[in-house]
Amino acid sequence: MGATTAPAGTASHRGAVLGIPLALLGLALGAVASVFIGVSDVSPATLWADDGHARQLLTVSRLPRTVAILLAGACTAVAGVVMQMLVRNRFVEPSTVGTSESAALGLLIVTIWAPGLALPGKIGVGAVFAVAGTLLFLCVLRAVPIRSVVTVPLVGLMLGGIIGAVAAYIAFRYDLMQTLSAWLTGDFSGVTAGRYEMLWVVGALTVVVYVLADRFTVVGLGRDTATALGLGYRGVMALGLGVVAVTSAVVVVVVGALPFLGLVVPNVVSLLRGDNLRRSLPWVAIGGAALVLVCDVVGRVVRYPYEIPIGVVMGVVGAAVFLWLLLRKAPDVG
Amino acid sequence: MTAPTEVRRAIAAEALTKRYGRTVVVDDVSLELPAGGVVSIIGPNGAGKSTLLGMVSRLLPVDAGRVVVDGDDIARTPGDVMARRLGVLRQDNHLAVRLTVRELVTFGRYPHSKGRTTAEDRRHVDAALEYLDLTGLAGRFLDEMSGGQRQRAFVAMVLAQDTDYVLLDEPLNNLDMVHARAMMRLARRAADDLGKTVVTVLHDINFAAAWSDRVVAMKDGRVAAHGTPAEIMRPDVLGAVFDMDVAVHEIDGRPIALYYT
Ligand SMILES: Nc1ncnc2c1ncn2[C@@H]1O[C@H](COP(=O)(O)OP(=O)(O)O)[C@@H](O)[C@H]1O
Ligand SMILES: [Mg+2]
Repeated sequence: MGATTAPAGTASHRGAVLGIPLALLGLALGAVASVFIGVSDVSPATLWADDGHARQLLTVSRLPRTVAILLAGACTAVAGVVMQMLVRNRFVEPSTVGTSESAALGLLIVTIWAPGLALPGKIGVGAVFAVAGTLLFLCVLRAVPIRSVVTVPLVGLMLGGIIGAVAAYIAFRYDLMQTLSAWLTGDFSGVTAGRYEMLWVVGALTVVVYVLADRFTVVGLGRDTATALGLGYRGVMALGLGVVAVTSAVVVVVVGALPFLGLVVPNVVSLLRGDNLRRSLPWVAIGGAALVLVCDVVGRVVRYPYEIPIGVVMGVVGAAVFLWLLLRKAPDVG
Repeated sequence: MTAPTEVRRAIAAEALTKRYGRTVVVDDVSLELPAGGVVSIIGPNGAGKSTLLGMVSRLLPVDAGRVVVDGDDIARTPGDVMARRLGVLRQDNHLAVRLTVRELVTFGRYPHSKGRTTAEDRRHVDAALEYLDLTGLAGRFLDEMSGGQRQRAFVAMVLAQDTDYVLLDEPLNNLDMVHARAMMRLARRAADDLGKTVVTVLHDINFAAAWSDRVVAMKDGRVAAHGTPAEIMRPDVLGAVFDMDVAVHEIDGRPIALYYT
């Protein structure tokens, strides 16, 4: 009986070793293709023809946009899987537990009462609010008696709704509805050089997550097991919350929330590769970047020459996959 | 150089108490388990066995008292130091993450490897898989296995941790008789050949009597009896612990309790 199972394990391992370079290659090709899709004419031909305009468009708008897509996609997906490990539930991510809304609320408040603060300072305030919102979620979760796999994200969605409503009320009073909606709906059309660079910070945080991948997996094994293995549970928990909050705040500011991304990608990767982050994290990052890349192109071509914000595309695609995952899981919840 | 005073190699619970609200579930328990051998803890459901084991393994905060392992108060010893000295299997193990058997068992090496798995770590993992008859299932995801196979994987994880003290809360859960006996044999081997101290919570008192050096019987949050299997396997002792009539017969030179009818 062992003979049938052991080769399966080694085969999937071999697949993983070969798979990551291949997937990266595919992602790079997709990214290059995406650079040349858009209203204005940037094509290899125009670049060759030494068209100054096309070159400028490339460096000021197209390249930053593509880099932002890859970074935001990879980091949001990784933040999602980190949160899933911390909460020990597959159906949570920054946009389903109120983290994104809390970050937006913080940004709103700092925009109203400290408009002169530099961007990193504003993002810091947003991150603090994101941590507070996530902690609030964890407290509410502890107080909720029924804790089935599905009630957890439902509690989060409700909490996110409440925080979002508070933010909307404040934004309405201060005539900042458009700003708020830009934060809550991902959109890469406004990404230009000078604004997207903050995403590199988040990229660095994602590398830190990869370096410490085993700690996050151990936390995912639960508090008892983590303690029994001598892990500083609280420290890893705090670090994870920090990474998730900063990632959410930066992504919200630079491109706007990317709903369900951090949920869909880790769940699909989990089905195919499991949850040992040392092994699965590269796939989560590549998958996140790839999904955003595809959704971005879809948003750009569906109503050409107009653009549908990626937040909308992601919302539709993500919600559908989220529902499928919930329904698929339902039988073994009861 | 100041010579260290001789350290008592033992797990000592000193006046341990645990309350939930007003209910006292472990009541001022003092118990010393000297290093070496197999110790079984028996007692009815709700006697406080898991709670005691949880406090001893520092997973549950104590309300009063302390636990001393080899002379060190566990509350004052760094977590990673304790993790190389004492391993524990909890009664309920459910995983929210999808891991293969080998991945789970490899995490048992975490206190030693901190994530950087060495050849030495792999040797321990392979040995633990082999001991628990899991070599053929190593690549299998845990959520695609039976309860008994999963239980063995968790025990393999604790075994791979390679600690002096191994605490197992109901390790025979879900196991068929073949694997239940193999598990107790393994506990014996770990104690006799590797010099480990194995503490197990068991429900089957005959298993406890057959494989342990000492038996601790708990009732209502207290230690009701503590002694060799021969001292515990008596109708009056068992009757008092479990509040039911238990006949004890000698079969092939061993005391066997009959409580099935
Ligand atoms: N988290 C908890 N909250 C309240 N009561 C608890 C909790 N955990 C255990 N208990 C109670 O403590 C008592 C002892 O439980 P436990 O140590 O698990 O018993 P055993 O392992 O001997 O069956 C039981 O009556 C149980 O109901
Ligand atoms: Mg118990």
